[in-house]
Amino acid sequence: MLPHIDDACHSVPGSAATGNVIPLLHEVRHALQALLEQGAETVIDLRAIPLGPGEEERIAETLGRGEVQVSMSALGPSELIETRYPGVWMSLHRNQEGEVIGRYIEICLVPSLVRSQEADIRYGLQELDSRLQE
Amino acid sequence: MTPAELLMWVRGPALQFATVVFVVGVAVRILEILLLGRKPDLAEARGSEVIGGLRTIISRSIPDRGTLQRSSFNVVAGYIFHAGFFLALFFFAPHILLLHDVFGVYWPSLPTQFIDALTVVSIITLLAVLFHRITHKVMRFLSRPSDYVAWLLTILPLITGYLAFHRVGLAPPLLMALHIGSVELLMIVFPFTKLMHAFTLFLGRYYNGAIAGRRGVNA
Amino acid sequence: MTKDQTIGEALRARGVSRRGFLKFCAATASLMALPPAMVPKIAAALEKARRPSVIWLSFQECTGCTESLTRSHSPTIEDLIFNSISLDYHHTLQAASGTAAEEDRKTAMKENYGKYLLVVDGSIPVGNPGFSTIAGVSNMDMLLETAAGAAAIIAVGTCAAFGGIPYADPNPTKARSVTAFLKEYGNRLPNTFTVDETGQTDPVDVTNKPVINVSGCPPIPVVISGVLAHFLTFGKLPELDSLGRPMAFYGKSIHDRCYRRPFYDKGLFANSFDDEGAKKGWCLYKLGCKGPTTYNACATTKWNEGTSFPIQSGHPCLGCSEPDFWDGGGFYKALSTPTGDITRTAVYAIGAGAAAGVALGALNRSKRAHMRKTHSKVGIDDLEKGDKS
Repeated sequence: MLPHIDDACHSVPGSAATGNVIPLLHEVRHALQALLEQGAETVIDLRAIPLGPGEEERIAETLGRGEVQVSMSALGPSELIETRYPGVWMSLHRNQEGEVIGRYIEICLVPSLVRSQEADIRYGLQELDSRLQE
Repeated sequence: MTPAELLMWVRGPALQFATVVFVVGVAVRILEILLLGRKPDLAEARGSEVIGGLRTIISRSIPDRGTLQRSSFNVVAGYIFHAGFFLALFFFAPHILLLHDVFGVYWPSLPTQFIDALTVVSIITLLAVLFHRITHKVMRFLSRPSDYVAWLLTILPLITGYLAFHRVGLAPPLLMALHIGSVELLMIVFPFTKLMHAFTLFLGRYYNGAIAGRRGVNA
Repeated sequence: MTKDQTIGEALRARGVSRRGFLKFCAATASLMALPPAMVPKIAAALEKARRPSVIWLSFQECTGCTESLTRSHSPTIEDLIFNSISLDYHHTLQAASGTAAEEDRKTAMKENYGKYLLVVDGSIPVGNPGFSTIAGVSNMDMLLETAAGAAAIIAVGTCAAFGGIPYADPNPTKARSVTAFLKEYGNRLPNTFTVDETGQTDPVDVTNKPVINVSGCPPIPVVISGVLAHFLTFGKLPELDSLGRPMAFYGKSIHDRCYRRPFYDKGLFANSFDDEGAKKGWCLYKLGCKGPTTYNACATTKWNEGTSFPIQSGHPCLGCSEPDFWDGGGFYKALSTPTGDITRTAVYAIGAGAAAGVALGALNRSKRAHMRKTHSKVGIDDLEKGDKS
């Protein structure tokens, strides 16, 4: 499922590139080092970077897929995968209509959205309590 | 007036006005020269006027040794910035489009980075030319206000063109408008200054060559 | 959803988990072109934000802006944002009509006086108030009346922001942008004004109401919702450029973000549609692309959820987010070409110049002949005449 860009994107041939792929990968590399040495987490918003047709696929191909794939269903489906470089995750978020609302590269131990949220835990505890009291 | 409106104005009415002044001015001055003509040479012709004239138009482009030695700076710097100016004007893609629109002719363009570098070289050379004009005793003595005006009008299109291409300093539409405006200024003042040499040089060289050629000598 | 709920409460009530809410905040940050590090701040702000009332007035428009924002058969993140606001009035989207709808508008204005957001799309014709009316009220009066209690006005689309297509030459309806209209008419009393309507007894001068221009024909949907999201999160309008557009989306030109820029720099241009250069995806400057003078987010944010944008699809940029783009010299005329017929002017000028030249030449010749006949001598004054040029 991730990362899949519609064929419409491929309709324009030509080797036009913004040249942003390599710098981006360097940014990932530096963030990974920071994660290792300081535990610092980084999120890169792929929508904020101008990328020519085919460049996003190049990035995804380079990062590849690793051991973990998380499929999430919260306000629409999301897929978060650990790439072949542990600590580097790629996430694709869609809304309930299947339209893409976010694309990120996260350099962290585990993406924040995968972790259970305190408010949700509290709510779930209440629900479990009332269930057990039945 | 917003930058967009200014850009539309320089591409529209201002350009029309500049074209009229330039074309009428150049036509009038050339015709005045041609119609006054030369004194008829009553001696028998010993060679061809036409061949002599045409040959001199080309041969004068090569500096003779004396001139080169005495005024080497003028000759070299002159060649550099003239070449730069012409190449930038006639071989930069957006300019070719403009000329195609007006004259209907088309030719291939040179790589943009080349034109870019050439423009920088030309600007630096022109600054050196001004410095030379101000500091050299004889040049300073000979210089008139119109010479400095002509210098300014020549360097402005290069500078504004460079800034417009690199989009630095001001909003791009404004930079474009300033560039086109500077060219229009050049066009309007052109027929009233020594810039006319762009056309009269051919007349001058031809006359010299023709006079000598008729006498059977090389000019 | 009740009006007093915060956005956080409203989403929870809809069964949205905190995880879902954070995903929504991340998408919102991306929408507003804010860095991911801002997400916790956005979450904190949105949780506490109350749903603002929004009144949407459609004037002399084509409804393209509404269409862009709300795909009626496939709701998107924009839908989610709309659920976070209370859209109290919108011609195309509301179910009510006629007197009931107008009453809704007036009630919303009164209850939220000073706090509601006014969204306007379409230009305002001032040539004759009758050119465009809603429920018998002219656009001019409706805007003056509704702007009085608005916290801010969002002019959506190039028509509202700069006049757009109705404003194009010859502008038969004398259409005005929102800003131009307010500057000219902002201190006037709307004809519909009655003393007790909004609790005001004096006419409100709306000349200086904050206006944010979200231009584009139409604007990119995420830009519209990004502005709304910004207002929701921070309670104020984002940083604006000299034309009143949010810097986050209109700060860079298409040219500076275009993926075909390397071709422009190398001088590789398409000469016509579908020629070799066009097929190779070369620069469209020669085909009239207005990318260099157009500011919008098309080259990065793109359209249809990042699918493509005009240049990527092979068509030069029209410059639709800029003022006067309809009168910009032609969509297919390169920026460096003249807008008028210079060739014809030049030909006439040559004719005129030739005539003048011949006349002056004849004059010179007769002067010379006269000088020869009278044996006039050339003096030092004649020589110095040329020296003074």
